[in-house]
Amino acid sequence: MSATNLKCRECGSVYELDPIYVCERCFGPLEVGYDNSALSRDIPELRRRIQGGPQNLWRYSDFLPLPDGPPAPSGRNSSRVGLAAGCTPLIRADRLAERLGLGEVWVKNDAANPTHSFKDRVVSVAAARARAFGFEVLACASTGNLANSVAANAAALGMVSYVFIPADLEAQKILATGVYGTNLVKVRGNYDDVNRLCMELSGERNWAFVNVNLRPYYAEGSKTIAYEIGEQLGWRTPDRIVSPVASGSLFTKIGKGFADWLDLGLLEGELPTMNGAQAAGCSPVATAWAEGRDFCQPVKPNTIAKSLAIGNPADGPYALELAKSSDGSIDSVTDDEIRAGIRLLAETTGVFTETAGGVTVATLAKLAERGEIGRDESVVAVITGDGLKTLDAVRGSFESFEIEPTFGEFTSKVEASLVGVQ
Amino acid sequence: MSVTVKLPTQLRASAGGEGAVVVEGSTVGEALEALYAAHPELRERLSDEDGMLRRFINVYVSGDDIRFGELLDTPVVDGQEVQILPAVAGG
Repeated sequence: MSATNLKCRECGSVYELDPIYVCERCFGPLEVGYDNSALSRDIPELRRRIQGGPQNLWRYSDFLPLPDGPPAPSGRNSSRVGLAAGCTPLIRADRLAERLGLGEVWVKNDAANPTHSFKDRVVSVAAARARAFGFEVLACASTGNLANSVAANAAALGMVSYVFIPADLEAQKILATGVYGTNLVKVRGNYDDVNRLCMELSGERNWAFVNVNLRPYYAEGSKTIAYEIGEQLGWRTPDRIVSPVASGSLFTKIGKGFADWLDLGLLEGELPTMNGAQAAGCSPVATAWAEGRDFCQPVKPNTIAKSLAIGNPADGPYALELAKSSDGSIDSVTDDEIRAGIRLLAETTGVFTETAGGVTVATLAKLAERGEIGRDESVVAVITGDGLKTLDAVRGSFESFEIEPTFGEFTSKVEASLVGVQ
Repeated sequence: MSVTVKLPTQLRASAGGEGAVVVEGSTVGEALEALYAAHPELRERLSDEDGMLRRFINVYVSGDDIRFGELLDTPVVDGQEVQILPAVAGG
């Protein structure tokens, strides 16, 4: 294991690898520190070891804060401990590129995780660490995807779980959480209210709140998206990443994943231009970006992209910093643009994403329209969740035919109306 | 006005182990000043050199972030709860 300590991102204070998340001195966020010197000695051998690893995120165990390497021998279909997250497809999206007037577009389809969102990556790491710490209860504050993942991972590991969500969440996400037998708590309020309650509870209960007291470990799981993209592109970085921003943790950790592997010499290329995507109905980070501020003013969310509806983003300042240092941006798109983004991705790639993915695709389209993306650039859109989780977003967005089961009805009602269309 | 200031676990050692402190004040700023008077160590923990709240601390009055109100001038009434929490969680 190369994880050595926890370090405050603000003042640099160093702590043991304990279940803590804020600096005692300045309240800044704690991040896992690593010593990669042993790994850097033989890069070709390190690449071979990664490639020979399991077909899931445990192939990157050297770069994750696990207590003793991977939790157990595992493969894509034979994970012995927990759910095998990661190793999701990176799809070349030529028809999407053509529609947007771009050269090389890729879709990182993280809906292909066990509970259909990128959250399985972060929960896998947090749950492994929680077990090593001896916690018996896994818990979280969630906008939905995390709820699915914590409930499922707790079931897979035989842990008790408590999942706290805003009461008005999409029905699909509530059902796909409760089914795992979790203690599901619907809180009357928005995500920021849920989060505040969970922060208070984390001080009063000896539970592993994956995104509160286990947050430094949890957040590291998102780096594996960058590792996978780099490996899937043949050990090189793409020129640009478009990723959704809610708390800003995913966005900043993707940047960190690329930066770490570039430093080590595992990847060729440069740090990608990092473009963050928010919904206009909850855009504290995009607003700060537009106004040239380095801090975020909290907002009350009102958007169909509920998985991104965090009005008080913990990593907002760092997302702004990364967008700036990588020559990127943080943009926002309207609910109508989000719906159109979902349809555009589905029609051109066969990937049906939830509203957060609609935000990402709509932002990609916006950047393309503004002429900010060169035709020679390779662009990866990070699709974080499955369309089946937010079905209302596409309801009524297409027409269908209803006919009697006769050949005549088919020709008169279906084919006749399609003449000239196809 | 008598208000209860709730402290996160990280601050309790600086307040004699207490999780909640009852103080007098008619704004959040006054309540915090009264808190610092009772537990001087807390001033440096919560405030920067300019007397502003540190960047990674959030303060809530009856559940509402004071950045939706008037920051330290946000009024408090008798019996209300002022909650101090770290900003870095969730997502």
